Amino acid sequence: MTALRHILRDPVATFGLLLVLAAVVVALFAPWLAPYPDDAFESHLLQRLRAPSAEFPFGTDNLGRDILSRVILGTRDALTVALAVVGAAIAIGVPVGLLAGWREGWLAETLMRVTDVFLAVPQLILALALGQLMAPGIGTAMVALALTYWPFFARTVFAETRRLRGALFVDALAGIGAHPARILLLHVLPNAAPAILVRATIGMGFTILTAALLGFLGVGAAPPSPDWGLMVSEARQHLPEAWWFPTFPGLAILLLVLGFNLLGDGLRDAADPRLRRSRGH
Amino acid sequence: MIAPVLSVQRLSVRIGAARILDDVSLAVPAGGTLGVVGESGCGKSTLLRAILGILPRGAEVPGGAVLFGGRDILADGGASARGRIGFVPQDPYLSLNPVFRAGDQILEIMRRHAPGTRRDHRARLVELFRAVQLPEPEAALAKYPHQFSGGQRQRLLIAAALCCDPALLVADEPTTALDVTTQREILALLQGLAAARGLALLFVTHDFGVLASLCESVTVLYAGRVAESGPTRDVLDDPRHPYTRMLLACHPDRATALAGIPGTVPAATAQPDGCRFHPRCPLARGDCALDVPQPVLHRGRVIACPYHAEALPEVALA
Repeated sequence: MTALRHILRDPVATFGLLLVLAAVVVALFAPWLAPYPDDAFESHLLQRLRAPSAEFPFGTDNLGRDILSRVILGTRDALTVALAVVGAAIAIGVPVGLLAGWREGWLAETLMRVTDVFLAVPQLILALALGQLMAPGIGTAMVALALTYWPFFARTVFAETRRLRGALFVDALAGIGAHPARILLLHVLPNAAPAILVRATIGMGFTILTAALLGFLGVGAAPPSPDWGLMVSEARQHLPEAWWFPTFPGLAILLLVLGFNLLGDGLRDAADPRLRRSRGH
Repeated sequence: MIAPVLSVQRLSVRIGAARILDDVSLAVPAGGTLGVVGESGCGKSTLLRAILGILPRGAEVPGGAVLFGGRDILADGGASARGRIGFVPQDPYLSLNPVFRAGDQILEIMRRHAPGTRRDHRARLVELFRAVQLPEPEAALAKYPHQFSGGQRQRLLIAAALCCDPALLVADEPTTALDVTTQREILALLQGLAAARGLALLFVTHDFGVLASLCESVTVLYAGRVAESGPTRDVLDDPRHPYTRMLLACHPDRATALAGIPGTVPAATAQPDGCRFHPRCPLARGDCALDVPQPVLHRGRVIACPYHAEALPEVALA
């Protein structure tokens, strides 16, 4: 609650929060908000590449589909992909970090060295490689993104666990016979929760951007799904005449990624006042 | 002599190959105060952990007993002493979990160990907050640990140590993390509380000033063994064990030229045979490296050195 109040006091973070909330609302009610909900998959070749007008505010694409509808329908996919990827990364990274931070010896060393190896692999390269190995598609892209994003959570949780492992309240809990799982999940993990939340928020934006990039490169979402990156990619052949075709999906990517990043920055400031940027508020 | 509330009898603790404590005995009489001094690494913290029943994982106790109220704490995992020994830690910063309210964390201890309803516990805690002179005792219940200053947090922890009405208060250098003025306040507070409640105090410290003003008797540890123990005044005025003598000579209040003790405390994995102080001792001779010195009684104190009557060479004290 105090975090929310903190964000509302920060106009930039509030703007980010509003962008994210707007995207969530659009995603939830996409089929009702889109003027032509069937245009996700149906083509109308007679009305291809129309410029923005009252009938089609964002214009139409090379198959005559309403771009506004496709941008709205694509919001759901973008958010779902980001949530699934970040969720999977947390599900892998947090237990690894807790375990490696709590234990000492070969197990902790192995876990953290594996983490380092994954951190060292560039996300895009791994995603492209996986796309070639497995069938290219949104599922492969998600696996690749989750595989490269969990080390960030593992590192964060590891550092916090190591810091608190020697704390007296942890010794006291162990002294009265609390199970390590209880100590870690109920007493240590809440200390790392703000850092995880910040990481996750920024990760959402990052994942949306990378997923769009993979769609653009042809190893992410496959046609005809209304993926923003894919739409920008399809639009390349019709430039510069059909300027509206790549512009609106591109703007959608920009705004949503911007929203998550601004919100993430605001959350970080709320979580740790010492890191507050000198923005004069 | 008053029956001791806590008595540690020939306690030895090992962690792997490291012999942390060896044959350590001490006693805290009911309502009395005992200070434990020694250099870093001499086993003070392990001794406290054994008394509190929170020895680190992997620690073994090959011998000895920790008797509290006549029962061996080590044998029953501390169950009989739970709630009856209060602990004031050295570091007031990470002793409470930052993500929970300070009051709730102390109330949880009381729910486990103290009789009465939640309402009783709250009332008693507010009273304790007042007794440790925490500002705004009622508002303090709802605050998180980071909202208190260092000195206030130490007061908070003293309140936590007292929350189950213990018979013994164990304090691990409770003032080293605080600035000098706060140190004095905390010490005065501890002394006052102990006197008012008839508490026994076991005090670990580096500070001979604290020792002299707060503790009736003292036990000097060196490398996991007791070097000397006895009434504080006697030990400070006329230290007999060579280690105690040299340690006191290191203290700036007591010597014009600041002395030092050559060498360092041996690692717990590489303790020398015989007397553990002999490599650094100016009185050492052949048999010191062979035989473990037996504690001798000398005018009301115990000294683990057969040559305690000899004068130290001048160079050693200069």
